Amino acid sequence: MKVESKIMLGLGLFFGIIVAVYWFWGHDNTGSVMIFGGMLLGFLPGGYYWWWSRRMAARPEDDPEATQAQGAGVVGAFPATSIWPFTLAMGSFFVVLALVFGIWFLVPGLALVIWAAFGGVAESRRGGRV
Amino acid sequence: MTEVLDRPLLTPDHSPHEEHGPSGLLKWLTTTDHKIIGLSYTVTSVVMLVIGGALAEMIRFQLTTPNGTLVSLAQYNELFTMHGSVMIYLFAGPFAFGALANIMVPIQIGAPDMAFPRLNALSYWLYLMGSITMLSGFFTAGGAANFGWVAYAPLSNSTYTPGAGADLWIGGLLLTGFSAIFTGVNLVATIFYLRAPGMTMFRMPIFTWNMLVTAILILLAFPVLTAGLIMLYCDRHFGTHIFSVAGGGVPVLWQHIFWFWGHPEVYILALPFFGMVTEILAVFSRKPVFGYKGMVFATLSIGALSLGVWAHHMFTTGVVLLPFFSIMSLLIAVPTGIKIFNWIGTIWRGQIWFSTAMLMAIGFVITFLIGGLTGVYLASPPLDFFTHDTYFVVAHFHSVVMALVLGGMGALYYWGPKITGYLLNEAIGKIQFWFLFLGIQVFTIPMYMLGLDGMPRRMAVYPHDPQWQTLNDISTVGAVMIGLSTAIFVVNIVVSWKKYPAGDNPWDGQTLEWFTTSPPPHHNFYRLPQIRSERPTWDYNHPEHRSIGHTTPEPPRESERTSS
Repeated sequence: MKVESKIMLGLGLFFGIIVAVYWFWGHDNTGSVMIFGGMLLGFLPGGYYWWWSRRMAARPEDDPEATQAQGAGVVGAFPATSIWPFTLAMGSFFVVLALVFGIWFLVPGLALVIWAAFGGVAESRRGGRV
Repeated sequence: MTEVLDRPLLTPDHSPHEEHGPSGLLKWLTTTDHKIIGLSYTVTSVVMLVIGGALAEMIRFQLTTPNGTLVSLAQYNELFTMHGSVMIYLFAGPFAFGALANIMVPIQIGAPDMAFPRLNALSYWLYLMGSITMLSGFFTAGGAANFGWVAYAPLSNSTYTPGAGADLWIGGLLLTGFSAIFTGVNLVATIFYLRAPGMTMFRMPIFTWNMLVTAILILLAFPVLTAGLIMLYCDRHFGTHIFSVAGGGVPVLWQHIFWFWGHPEVYILALPFFGMVTEILAVFSRKPVFGYKGMVFATLSIGALSLGVWAHHMFTTGVVLLPFFSIMSLLIAVPTGIKIFNWIGTIWRGQIWFSTAMLMAIGFVITFLIGGLTGVYLASPPLDFFTHDTYFVVAHFHSVVMALVLGGMGALYYWGPKITGYLLNEAIGKIQFWFLFLGIQVFTIPMYMLGLDGMPRRMAVYPHDPQWQTLNDISTVGAVMIGLSTAIFVVNIVVSWKKYPAGDNPWDGQTLEWFTTSPPPHHNFYRLPQIRSERPTWDYNHPEHRSIGHTTPEPPRESERTSS
């Protein structure tokens, strides 16, 4: 986890230096705010990974000497099929059409989005098809 | 023999290769398998390539004569807008991070699937719906969007560009933008959390490294575009004046927001193809990647620098800090140069196998070098003032993106057998390569000359100048050759359909994807080798030539101890 955190923290640090140089040299609000956002996006996950990397033992994927047997067990839950992503995307499609052709498209759009949200959560609680 | 152990990938009551669930259309609609989603991405994005290519051919045919009459002036605006939009938003990005990364990254790191399979499916469906939304502009009364693929304000406001086509463009881009963001999240989580035991970060294949940096760039850049699009929509419909001088807004703000996404986007498009080509060059030279860590740090440097170069697209606005953006842009040439040096180092004194994939990869390096070097000129403000908005810029980025097409085609020849289980015909592939490679040069080099001679881009008609017409005609011949190469590719798929079984490892590959079956089973692996270098499959197949340098020595095995 240490390498992962260093990548993100390194990017955050680089953007921090760049935003300082850019701001004091160019006084441009727009660009400075955007690079500042980039800096946060480096530090936020990077700090989280760093916090964890100091509190957990090296994972098998971080251990250069790990054997495949060390990775045995449940890796994660991988649902094999689910209709909800398609339903959610169809809902989003209708919501976007509402932006163009008329507010009434929001009716099927939001209905599908809400249905998919509930359906997807319920599927996760059941465990889904694995 | 290296020790190989089965690795249970699922809960114990489910076999890893047990297939169940719906079939047919419902299977496609409901699948969360990264390989099927990736294949859907591949097919959809190649269809987008064909559509974008058809629009390009129409543009080129319009320009064969100074007063071309193939399309009207208004239709020409739609053509170049939608050509750029389809190629950038709907083909190049989704092909790289939706299609090939989706399929290959989990397999290359020994993962059973992407970290969030349902989010992955949602990405694909949003991409498909976004593509349909954007393209449906052609069927509206006012036609498709026609303000250029960059949608500069104030041209893109509701006064200058009324109609549904522009709104469909914005809506389509919102959907595909969210699709990209979700894929970025998925790739980072997969690479950080689902690697196989022993697959440390510095043993990941270069393609996976490049996809990690690409995914981080997606997360940095795409939300900015999404925010900008919402602002643009509000300006068009809700009476805000964010980009309008009349209401106290700033038109150039759109350019800042657009290019803050747009330049990282160039690397979001390019880095995956750098990764593909690195893999191909190493495998077909029978060598490890030269300067592995140098390649990784070059990729990270390109990713980091790419966030500070956006305003080199805006030098002529007169309101940007020229030296800062020029220095940052020129700096990117350093890690890119390292990459080209390492690519040459990888094939240097290798046992080169000139397969179609290898030819495409070498063609990529040459074409990308042309596009990259002309990019260095454009990073210099005095030269950029001279060539801004001319065909020189068009030629520069077409050298770059057509290099990516070469790399992508190479990747289809290289990884296609892993995905489908069947090889493509090599002889037809080589014919395709020469049409494509020569076509690209015949297509772009006259455009460089036109640009230096002052021909502006986005013109449907141009002054009667015999030299301009000749150069345009030559460029059109190149475009036709590129079109023919795509047709040859389709012919190759038809001719080779299930004809040449590939086997698991047809190229004597080095990375983990060549260890599993072709096509890989549900959840990818029946077994995994011990991972002790960045070339686990090579180490397994060639114990006498194990990777050195990044390898942790193993204790001698029982058989070796007894024999010595």
